Amino acid sequence: MTYDLLNPVGLSAALLPDLLLMGGAIILMLLAAWRPDSDAHQRTVGLASIGLLVATMAAVVWMSVRGDTAPDTGVIAMDGFRWMVDLVILLGAIGTIALAIEHNVRDGITQAESHVLVLFAASGMMILAGARDLMVVFLGIEIMSVAVYVLAGLNRRSARSAEASLKYFLLGAFATGFLLYGIALVYGATGQTQIVEIGNAIRRYDLARNPMLLVGIGLMLVGMAFKVAAVPFHMWAPDVYDGSPTPISAFMAATVKAAAFASFLRIWYEAFYTVFSGWAHAVWWLAVVTMVVGNVVALSQKNIKRMLAYSSIVHSGYLLVAVTAASVLASTAFTFYVVAYTLATFGAFAVVASMQQAGETDARISDYEGLWQVRPWLATAMAVYLLALLGFPVFGGVGFFAKWYIIQAAIAAPAGLTVLAVILVLTSVISAGYYLQVVRVMFMNPRPAGAADPLPIGALTRAVLAVTVVLILGLGLFPSRLVEITQGSGFRQYPYSPSGEFGLQSVDR
Amino acid sequence: MTQFLDGIGYNGWILPALLVLPLLGALLMVLQSSMQKQEPEAAMRSARSLAFGIFLAEAVLSLGLWWSVDTVSADWQAYVDAAWIPQWGARFTVGIDGIALMLILLTTLLMPLTVLGSWTSVRVKTHAYYALLLILTTGMLGVFMALDLVLFYVMWEVMLVPMYLIIGIWGGQRRLYASIKFFIYTMVGSLLMLVAIITLGLLAGKGGPPVFNYDVILEMARTMPVSGSFWLFGAFAVAFAVKVPMFPFHTWLPDAHVEAPTAGSVILAAIMLKMGTFGFVRFAVPLFPAVAMHPTVRTVMLVLAVIGIVYGALVALVQPDFKKLVAYSSVSHLGFVMLGIFAMTVESMQGALMVTISHGISTGALFLLIGMIYERRHTRQIEDFGGIAKVMPIFAVCLTIVSLSSIGVPGTNGFVGEFLVLVGSFPTQPYYTVIAATSVIFAAAYLLWAVQRIIYNPLVKPENEALKGNDLNWREIGLLTPLLIGILWLGVYPKPVLNKTEAAAERIVRGVEAGRMAPAPQAGRGR
Repeated sequence: MTYDLLNPVGLSAALLPDLLLMGGAIILMLLAAWRPDSDAHQRTVGLASIGLLVATMAAVVWMSVRGDTAPDTGVIAMDGFRWMVDLVILLGAIGTIALAIEHNVRDGITQAESHVLVLFAASGMMILAGARDLMVVFLGIEIMSVAVYVLAGLNRRSARSAEASLKYFLLGAFATGFLLYGIALVYGATGQTQIVEIGNAIRRYDLARNPMLLVGIGLMLVGMAFKVAAVPFHMWAPDVYDGSPTPISAFMAATVKAAAFASFLRIWYEAFYTVFSGWAHAVWWLAVVTMVVGNVVALSQKNIKRMLAYSSIVHSGYLLVAVTAASVLASTAFTFYVVAYTLATFGAFAVVASMQQAGETDARISDYEGLWQVRPWLATAMAVYLLALLGFPVFGGVGFFAKWYIIQAAIAAPAGLTVLAVILVLTSVISAGYYLQVVRVMFMNPRPAGAADPLPIGALTRAVLAVTVVLILGLGLFPSRLVEITQGSGFRQYPYSPSGEFGLQSVDR
Repeated sequence: MTQFLDGIGYNGWILPALLVLPLLGALLMVLQSSMQKQEPEAAMRSARSLAFGIFLAEAVLSLGLWWSVDTVSADWQAYVDAAWIPQWGARFTVGIDGIALMLILLTTLLMPLTVLGSWTSVRVKTHAYYALLLILTTGMLGVFMALDLVLFYVMWEVMLVPMYLIIGIWGGQRRLYASIKFFIYTMVGSLLMLVAIITLGLLAGKGGPPVFNYDVILEMARTMPVSGSFWLFGAFAVAFAVKVPMFPFHTWLPDAHVEAPTAGSVILAAIMLKMGTFGFVRFAVPLFPAVAMHPTVRTVMLVLAVIGIVYGALVALVQPDFKKLVAYSSVSHLGFVMLGIFAMTVESMQGALMVTISHGISTGALFLLIGMIYERRHTRQIEDFGGIAKVMPIFAVCLTIVSLSSIGVPGTNGFVGEFLVLVGSFPTQPYYTVIAATSVIFAAAYLLWAVQRIIYNPLVKPENEALKGNDLNWREIGLLTPLLIGILWLGVYPKPVLNKTEAAAERIVRGVEAGRMAPAPQAGRGR
């Protein structure tokens, strides 16, 4: 059936999973305040939060199987893309809380509210995934961001954590300003905030060369590029990922990025596809600069969290290739990619979390020397995650097919982005330098004398490690089921052709 | 024999079985090591016997291919086709012809010998070592049998990680540098090929879902205009040229060869380099005949091949390290293969395949011999030896025979291949052939000189005198015997091998000749 989004009942029905998560989060917040802070209590609240997330996941699956729709001109979308991104977000939130329950003990964090903040952030992201109105997009971004600002500063005893939180907040607020100003200008040019209506207005009133619109798109692009940490708006990411508690770093690197990109894609595909030639060059260059700079700078990192931060910047570059490709295929490639990327990132940060000594804040790559001799399985798992991030077949499992899909989308794009695809693969060779450096340190260097053994790994962290490794390797051999699922999650075909009326030409040359 | 094999449906399952068996073996290896905690010594014993058993089973299993494969038929043999990723047009398609048959047999027969070669030299983390060797085997065999370009690419890349770890963990002094250099060089080439493969798949899909089947792509690609296929050929050619390695992409090879443990060097030289030449024969040249046979491209490739032949030989001449000398001699030999391929006559193509196989046997044997002497003396510097023939006569005999075969003395396998390449190339490329022929002299110079300094010359160093009574043991003799038999058999009676490869070579040459003559101008999206 089709939901009437102007009617409160219809709108609530369309937002069922989001409301479930938000309502549950509010109840859990009360539960968190019920008892004084303690390890046992934060564990209880954490497990309850995972339960809520699983229930929300079930609701999302149920909604997607029902296949209900909403009109394109509503404020919220009901399409495969939203459900797929929702699932990735919920998966990420479950992983975050599972890691955080055990990692909080090492960091000395006892506040049970920390898990509830993850739930609020996740609900903001879910709104972002479905938002079809720029005001709702803004709302989603703010719900997500405010929660994550706090999460970054959770470890109050650590100056780095406080720095991370403040830095993220100040720069984030600045970027939100850009985004909001961009939204205002786009509204000024088109008279619309509804995403599909903006696209229609641009076509109807022939606004493709309207300066106000183009400036608005440019400002929104800056805001989005900041949220996804694309170069040159990436400066905050290494500091923030490094200072935050490790599970939160994983959350930011994988899930926050996936949600921001989902909204980015939806706005650019559904509203701005008609001015493709107006922004394609900008995004093309943004992708190139992000891939090159991220990869080169990552090479010189000594701290593993900073290295993974630069690696996440690089992956933003790869995803920007999918944005530039601007096709249905590219949107399915995007959802496939974020699944693979989420698995690998969570796995890698789970290893970082389990390698951290109690109270330690600096996670150096040299701590991993000879890890294979003392923790063979942990080292092997880390190698799998790093090879997955590198996009290597079989050993990197599904990471290879994710990259494959993006390249395929780039080459098959209406604009024919073969050059961009070549740049993608060439820069990913650079990434072998730093991913393999960690593999080398773990497998080929001797364990230094007197190095402390890693602490025992808790059951939840083990579960995260096992599930991610199995999924990465399994989907790496047999990805067809996941391809099938993601193929149902693309945007619909938009009426443009390479030489069509909207001036979509090759941006490669 | 053929009836028995047909009776058990051999051709229907053999190729997947050859791929799966080593993987199961690797799994078994991991299980064995995690089930029982053993002392390193005991672990080494159990690991090596298990690995040897699996590789022996693999070799025996693969032998049936010699009878079951009809090398004259134009169809793929032992063809298996199954769904894999239907949405992307990627299928699990494997099949072989006479050329692939030879390379598969070379791989499966050589692998048990490499285990024997590592028998006592690999002492730490033995289970992991043999597990990686097993995975590596799957990758190598997969490359030779894949008829789907996605499958081919996956197999092509799969080998990188085990080899990287084998060099990096069990290698020599500069193993870290050598392993990362090997990895990065190979990866640059192969990622460009990835873009080319996806482009080909999309073009073959004609706007629909991509198609990666070899035959479909062959049909589509060989009629593409040169302007469109030039870059595609370039991407394939770079990937394969790095692997061969052709001058000037060869610099990873001496490092990797020298630093790798014995088995790693043997596999690198005998099999992995051959994947590069195989790539040219199966993909780069037949898919884009108009580009490959374009006068400019062809000249460039031939010139690089000849430079490789002469340069490799000259550099080998001045190497103080015997292993490095053999590594550079590989550059020279593989230049012959490239000359044979780009001369593009049936004889030269067959000669190239013959060099491929005989280089695998003789260089593999050379690396094994170096490994044996290194285990005893812990040095590979030629000047540290001298007079070894007096203390280790059996070793000296083996080294002499293998060196002669590597030089290409008539009566050994090396002669047949190089002679065929020269004979086959002369009619179409006389100048290059004449220059290439000179390197036979250089080969004699560098190898005989090295052999003289190692096993003859006066026995003056006390370390060498101490080798008395420490000649090759039965295991080492046993592992060299099949190689020596191969050297003499192929040198005296190469006909069976030539017969098996003739039809395939002829088909490729004819296909390329046809393709270069008549490229349909309108086909493809050539930009």
